[in-house]
Amino acid sequence: MHATASVRAVEDALGITIPDNARIIRNLISGIQYVQDHVIHFYHLHALDWVDIVSALSADPVETSALAQSISDWPKSSADYFKGIKDKLKEFVDRGQLGPFANAYWGHPAYKLPPEANLMAVAHYLEALDWQREVIKMQALLGAKNPHAQTYIVGGMSIPVDPESQNALNAGSIAFMQGLAKTALDFVEHVYIPDIIAVAPFYLDWAGHGAGVGNFLSYGEFPNDTASNTENMWLPRGIILNKDLSTVHKVDHQKVTEYVTRSWYNYSGGDDKARHPWDGETNYKYTGPQPPYEYLNTDEKYSWLKAPRYDDKAMEVGPLSRMLIAYASGHKEVQDTVNYVLKTLGVGPAVLFSTLGRIAARGVETLVTAKKLPEWINQLATNMKNGDMKIHSGEKWDPSTWPAEAKGYGFHEAPRGSLGHWVKIKDQKIENFQIVVPGTWNGSPRDAKNQRGPYEEALIGTPVANPDQPVEILRTIHSFDPCMACAVHVVDTDGNEIIRIKVK
Amino acid sequence: MKYQSDDPLHDVPGLMESLEKKGISRRDFMKWCTGMAALLSLPASFIPKIAEAVMAQKPYLVWLEYQDCAGDSEALLRASKPTVGQIVLDIFSVDYHETIMAPAGFQAEKSLMDVVKNQKGKYFVVVEGAIPLKDNGVYCCIGGKSAIDIAREVCGNAVATIAVGTCATHGGIPAALPNPTGAVGVKEAIPNATVINLPGCPVNAENITATIVHYLTLGRLPQTDKLGRPLFAFGKRIHDNCERRGHFDAGQYVKKWGDEGHRQGWCLYEMGCKGPETFHNCPTVKYNEGTSWPVQAGHGCIGCSEPHFWDTMTPFYRRLPNVPGFGVEKTADKVGVGLAAATAAGLAVHAVGRAMSSKKEDKE
Repeated sequence: MHATASVRAVEDALGITIPDNARIIRNLISGIQYVQDHVIHFYHLHALDWVDIVSALSADPVETSALAQSISDWPKSSADYFKGIKDKLKEFVDRGQLGPFANAYWGHPAYKLPPEANLMAVAHYLEALDWQREVIKMQALLGAKNPHAQTYIVGGMSIPVDPESQNALNAGSIAFMQGLAKTALDFVEHVYIPDIIAVAPFYLDWAGHGAGVGNFLSYGEFPNDTASNTENMWLPRGIILNKDLSTVHKVDHQKVTEYVTRSWYNYSGGDDKARHPWDGETNYKYTGPQPPYEYLNTDEKYSWLKAPRYDDKAMEVGPLSRMLIAYASGHKEVQDTVNYVLKTLGVGPAVLFSTLGRIAARGVETLVTAKKLPEWINQLATNMKNGDMKIHSGEKWDPSTWPAEAKGYGFHEAPRGSLGHWVKIKDQKIENFQIVVPGTWNGSPRDAKNQRGPYEEALIGTPVANPDQPVEILRTIHSFDPCMACAVHVVDTDGNEIIRIKVK
Repeated sequence: MKYQSDDPLHDVPGLMESLEKKGISRRDFMKWCTGMAALLSLPASFIPKIAEAVMAQKPYLVWLEYQDCAGDSEALLRASKPTVGQIVLDIFSVDYHETIMAPAGFQAEKSLMDVVKNQKGKYFVVVEGAIPLKDNGVYCCIGGKSAIDIAREVCGNAVATIAVGTCATHGGIPAALPNPTGAVGVKEAIPNATVINLPGCPVNAENITATIVHYLTLGRLPQTDKLGRPLFAFGKRIHDNCERRGHFDAGQYVKKWGDEGHRQGWCLYEMGCKGPETFHNCPTVKYNEGTSWPVQAGHGCIGCSEPHFWDTMTPFYRRLPNVPGFGVEKTADKVGVGLAAATAAGLAVHAVGRAMSSKKEDKE
């Protein structure tokens, strides 16, 4: 959601306060994004690290139905339903074209679920595919399309609000969104959360792996008021250091810096000195091996990612960070939901610092966010009722109204973690624009002090049963929700290297 | 007299049994085939051919990702006609897609090479993202191989390559000036490959499936414009199919975000809409199962399906000079001369006059 961070950065630079409707619409777009994205992550990008599809072929539909009904009152849970899923899966396999499931790690000893749990997960994998397509229509309604909403403008949003018009958000739009919010919450409450709770006991050893760096950052999200860079947010801004939940530290954007010591860039002041994003530089200088190559030497520069640090420390970002900071800040909804999950599993808060903890925290965040959506929809309806149709603060729309120089920053908590944009404006043009993204926080290479980032730190000590089928590595890396577009390939290389070291 | 069924699927052998196995209702399948025929502008007599084509052995499809944001993969997840589940599991055999496939690393690369070797000349490739050519391709490597090396082999052995999204068709955002990595679209990177371009940011997934169904049904790739874009999806300007065209013609323009005209769905031309210079089927197909598209949601078109839109269509919020209007053949300038007495004259002349007064950028 770079659009959110970028308009906030410019609004901060120019001192713009957005209208309340724009605040609510932004919260709704981000909120439904959290819910939809987390569910896709769990079922479509992460589940197959834990669920053995081939094993599902030997499941008993009657027992699968009994299992499903024991954990949830979700209506799609009859023996006939699961038989239909199993038959469909069998027909798919019998055709001999396994598509995206070919060459995977089926039968690997790290898969622990009984066949019935695997079949149930396959059914929910398919259901979630249809569900995600439906609920994200809220974003299309508010922002023209998904992905890539086209509605964010500096000063507000471009979707008009007018209950008396057919070309604007009106009462019908409110009803449409309420329906989608209900569809969203139903699935999260009755499928996603019960699935996590049903599967977790088979994998409790993963509460002991993948801890990472133990430092957590969240910029906070979902503003309750319209001031630029407000700290009054539903999910709080803060920092936790060394897994110490007793203290939540304040965030100072000036303490965010980036190293390029091990990255394929040069800094004019030397590569061992970190730079704040306002003074950031992007001078690329590739010094790695020429393709095709077998591996990268991590004692030299080895990544396109810069190494972001907060107060010179590596930080984890994402749902686990947000939920820990909310939990430690006394956020009631988060505390209640985390405590419910921990109690149901019969474990203490220490298990949260792990691969499994990331998965649980993502589920908790999805649930509390899905429950929050109707409140924002109602706020929008109330504004409509009171005749407030303002969606944009236009005083600074014309660049001729800007000062000769300005600088600002915009924070956003994207589903996968903290996103910051820093902008410097000179003579109505961008002088410098630097982005520090969740993928670089979590996937960070080493810095001048040789400190590892969260991915690298989390993989240390991960047991790997078969180095040719490193499903255990995938479990921990995927638990971060890596940005597939930029970081995963680097991670693959790192992962393979680490296996080599362990095998030796 | 032989009974003539008005059901186009009547004569497709084995169809019912096959559909039943897949758990697809006949009604849904019929609806999809009809929709596909409409999208491709084919007569109803082609519906049985479409049905037969998609029920045969699943064609192999591999999806390559290079310099991109995965937005086109996300778009694929939103596909509705057919759904992503049907595309990935029933209609195609999608053997390689880094984001959704189960294996990773060496196993994943094996899946790709299996298709290239065993299905040579028979599989489809979808490419998402630009390919950087500068400095031996070091700016995008997967498993130690450069994007260009992989793409040459994979696209070179395919029946056809479908470049999805503007990054893959023309370099997109990675190629924006000063294009530091030498990013180009697939056709420029691999000139001898058969490439169909489906630009957009992101691609509209309905256009991906329509392209492949076109091939399976008619045995040839769709006709394209000079930019390699299928005419069925890119044959008309946004402006010509725009639901707000009447307001343009009437000279009713939005002046400010949230003003009366904006709330009443007036034309977004003065807010910078690039619909008059952009070819795409957004106004008819829309996004997210027809929920909306930019102009419907009150935001102008940014021209994302045009080559190098990042450089040529910016500033996004300044209106275009020299917009053709009132008939495709005439530019707004010419219309301005001849239309002074027409109904909507007041506002139209105002707009046209301003269009005539500036060349590239409108400073007002």
